[in-house]
Amino acid sequence: MTLRPFSRRTALAGAAAFAAASGLRPGRPSARPASPELRRIPSSGEAIPAVGLGSWITFNVGDDAALRRECTAVMAAFLDAGGRMIDSSPMYGSAQAVIGHGLAALGHPPAVFATDKVWTSAGSDGPVQIERSRGLWGVERFDLLQVHNLLGWEAHLRTLFAMKEQGRLRYAGITTSEGRRHDLVERIMRTQPIDFVQISYNILDREVEGRILPLAQERGIAVIVNRPFRQGSLTRRLEGTPLPGWAAEIGATTWAQAILKFILSHPAVTVTIPATTRPDHARENVAAATGPLPDDALRRRMADDVGDL
Amino acid sequence: MADWWSYSLEDFLLFSPRVYWRMFALHNEAVWPLHLAALPIGLTLVWWTARPRPWSGRVVAVALALVWAWVAWSFLWSRYATINWAAPWLAGGFALQALLLLGLGAFGAGMPRVVPPSVPRVIGWALLLHGLLLHPFTGMIAGHPPAAAELFGIAPDPTAIATLGLAVLMTGGTAAWVVMVIPLGWCAVSWATLHTMGGPEGAIPATAAVLAVAGRAWPTTNARKPL
Repeated sequence: MTLRPFSRRTALAGAAAFAAASGLRPGRPSARPASPELRRIPSSGEAIPAVGLGSWITFNVGDDAALRRECTAVMAAFLDAGGRMIDSSPMYGSAQAVIGHGLAALGHPPAVFATDKVWTSAGSDGPVQIERSRGLWGVERFDLLQVHNLLGWEAHLRTLFAMKEQGRLRYAGITTSEGRRHDLVERIMRTQPIDFVQISYNILDREVEGRILPLAQERGIAVIVNRPFRQGSLTRRLEGTPLPGWAAEIGATTWAQAILKFILSHPAVTVTIPATTRPDHARENVAAATGPLPDDALRRRMADDVGDL
Repeated sequence: MADWWSYSLEDFLLFSPRVYWRMFALHNEAVWPLHLAALPIGLTLVWWTARPRPWSGRVVAVALALVWAWVAWSFLWSRYATINWAAPWLAGGFALQALLLLGLGAFGAGMPRVVPPSVPRVIGWALLLHGLLLHPFTGMIAGHPPAAAELFGIAPDPTAIATLGLAVLMTGGTAAWVVMVIPLGWCAVSWATLHTMGGPEGAIPATAAVLAVAGRAWPTTNARKPL
């Protein structure tokens, strides 16, 4: 579902302020690539850029001041390129605090689509954990909260739905990763009024194409794709291999962009959330949501070629 | 907690190798110059183990207890916990080890050095000296900067390995095994962390743990006698 480009003015204001303060050199607007493609969240119709920013491992840098500055630079580059969704979890060590530190340094850009998770087995602990996460981010409320890896999902979904009703949350969802517990994911998608489902999907791990993604389309559930690069192992594996001729057909200049374009070409996918420690990669990832995407025939070729490498 | 089965070892590796090794450099910088105190404490342990006195086993146990308590608080609780939500539990384990050693020093025989059979003696001394003197260099051999060196009394790995060495050298079968439980557990945790990060360093705590168990369980253990 392709929409008209989204205005990035508010996001850029904070990013530019940070860049000016830190000596970073954000790309000049005139040199910036086209705005990323937007996808609609089925339950609301709201449009968001199709590439987000994950924080698993990459943003868990503790109190390391130098690495915190690097993470802030990644966030600045991501927002400057037109990205919005930033995703984290209480499971990710210091990532939430590092995101909060970055958002404060960037002047709390209002364009950020704050996405987090609840990750505790006891339902009664959920509200306390959510409030702590909100404090670490330094945001008034989260846009999206998800039950992380389905841990304590029944109680937590009740909490998230109640928060939505009270206007303290905009969207609720569930997550899984590495293909775990898809039967339960499917059951929840069929029976619960969730807005988002987050799953692992990439050019090599395509099990979700069988049932989860079609079900998301059928039920009007937005899909977030995590681990698009298999935690970096996929891009490392392809490093040094020349891009095949089809990359030019879809405007991909790197393997990372080709992989992201493959994911985004599935019509059920709303956002993919690659993680990175490098501002240039953050820009490159967002840029994958511009230009043409592969059609079904090219998708098959791409999967065959990458599978053979 | 029925859902825990769905997690793999990789799911609990929350940080990158870069962040992990930078953490040691930051920690060394933060606690400097306490390294200058940790090394003499370690060398004193060696001296009293090599030249035991009737009271030295207790002093060794109490000194080691202080070292474990310090590492629990300064490294695991205050430093490692910033990138690993499980670190407070690990700090609790180190604090428990400190209490065990303190109890052994205050109410038991401490960690008296004995004349064990030749193989355990070699293993015990090798582990002790590795933990005190050689371990900081293993990181450099693996390509980490000297600033990130892990030192006895400052970082957990060399502290645990040196403790295992002393436990292999001590009398008191049951007490020695009790003293070894938490250091062995830490070696397992450290091996899992380093192995999952893909570095070769995980072989060190794993080998130390295997050697310690082998040294302690050596068939001629019953021949151990106090000096």
